[in-house]
Amino acid sequence: MVIKVLGTGCKKCKELEQNVRMALTQLQLDAQVEKVEDIAKIMSYGVMSTPALVVNEKVVSAGKLLSVDEIKGLLK
Amino acid sequence: MFNMFADWLVEDVFGLSITSKFGGALHFFIYDTLKILFLLSVMVFAISFVRSYFPPEKVKRWISGKKKGIASVLAALLGVVSPFCSCSTVPLFIGFVEAGIPLGVTFTFLISSPIVNEVSLVMLFSIFGWKIAVLYVLFGVLLAIIAGWVIGKLKLEKYVEPYVFNIQLGESVVQEMTMRERFIYAKTNVIDTVKKIWLFLLIGIGIGAWIHGYVPEDLLVHYAGKESIFAIPVAVILGVPLYSNAVGSLPMIEALMGKGVAPGTALSFMMAMTALSFPEMVLLRKVMKPQLIGIFVLIATTGIIAIGYIFNAIL
Repeated sequence: MVIKVLGTGCKKCKELEQNVRMALTQLQLDAQVEKVEDIAKIMSYGVMSTPALVVNEKVVSAGKLLSVDEIKGLLK
Repeated sequence: MFNMFADWLVEDVFGLSITSKFGGALHFFIYDTLKILFLLSVMVFAISFVRSYFPPEKVKRWISGKKKGIASVLAALLGVVSPFCSCSTVPLFIGFVEAGIPLGVTFTFLISSPIVNEVSLVMLFSIFGWKIAVLYVLFGVLLAIIAGWVIGKLKLEKYVEPYVFNIQLGESVVQEMTMRERFIYAKTNVIDTVKKIWLFLLIGIGIGAWIHGYVPEDLLVHYAGKESIFAIPVAVILGVPLYSNAVGSLPMIEALMGKGVAPGTALSFMMAMTALSFPEMVLLRKVMKPQLIGIFVLIATTGIIAIGYIFNAIL
């Protein structure tokens, strides 16, 4: 599984990345977490509000700082 | 309700008279803190809930392809309800331009979105009452439309960084939120907002309380009352670089108005703080050349000063 956190480096984006890692640890899942900060790449996902979360190249959330529980729900 | 509680706390618990200087200041502090925190929580919740129906990706689809006049009114109105954190300024701008939305209309959205937000609305309502809050929203929307129209007329596309036009936007497939998710989203926003502003709020209310209790009556009428011609431009220019202190300074303004500062002056100060901010300009620099930022700031500042005078004339 490849998980990408899209964000231009604001506070919420960093928090989202931490939450993703936490969710993965709690679920004991092994996944590759990537931070995408390049604006052109972010836009290529059609996302206009950051932070956004991409799982296996599919946008699952945009413009929201998801909680650890919410991410767990999305990854299951 | 909050007034009664503050009365009780100051007079019965602390044994101070409300008419004394310290008692008056303390009463102002307790009353304002309770009232603003309560209103803020309720409003942020309600507005966040409504906002969850208007993500920028959707707004973009609604605006693009519409006739210019309709697009610009739509952009201003959607700016009021659409969620837009300043860290999304850049992707938002690129997304709009990429969708073929005219530059002027994009600016309309960029101006209207921060001017009329839930925090400023709550502060206005609790400090000045609903009449001024409505007027503020109305003029905020009007300013966004006019400023955007002027920017569109000036044909400033050449000042947009060229790479913006080369970015390819993917198909957006953001899923609809469920009702439960909307509730969670609204609740999270309340907690975030309170966390972000409580310190500013307390400091602001503290200073406001001090002014309320200790600054002599009518001292400021001379400097910032209706008769003072320069008060508005000075207030606006002071307000432009300020941003994060918007919430904190409003209780101060409330107290200052109690001492004779004209309402138009106070409102234009607030508008300047919310519409234009230094951090936002730094972000905009990523997608546009300094000339365009300069023109944007100039037009918005002029508009806000004009609104200040209009307010002072009609209120």
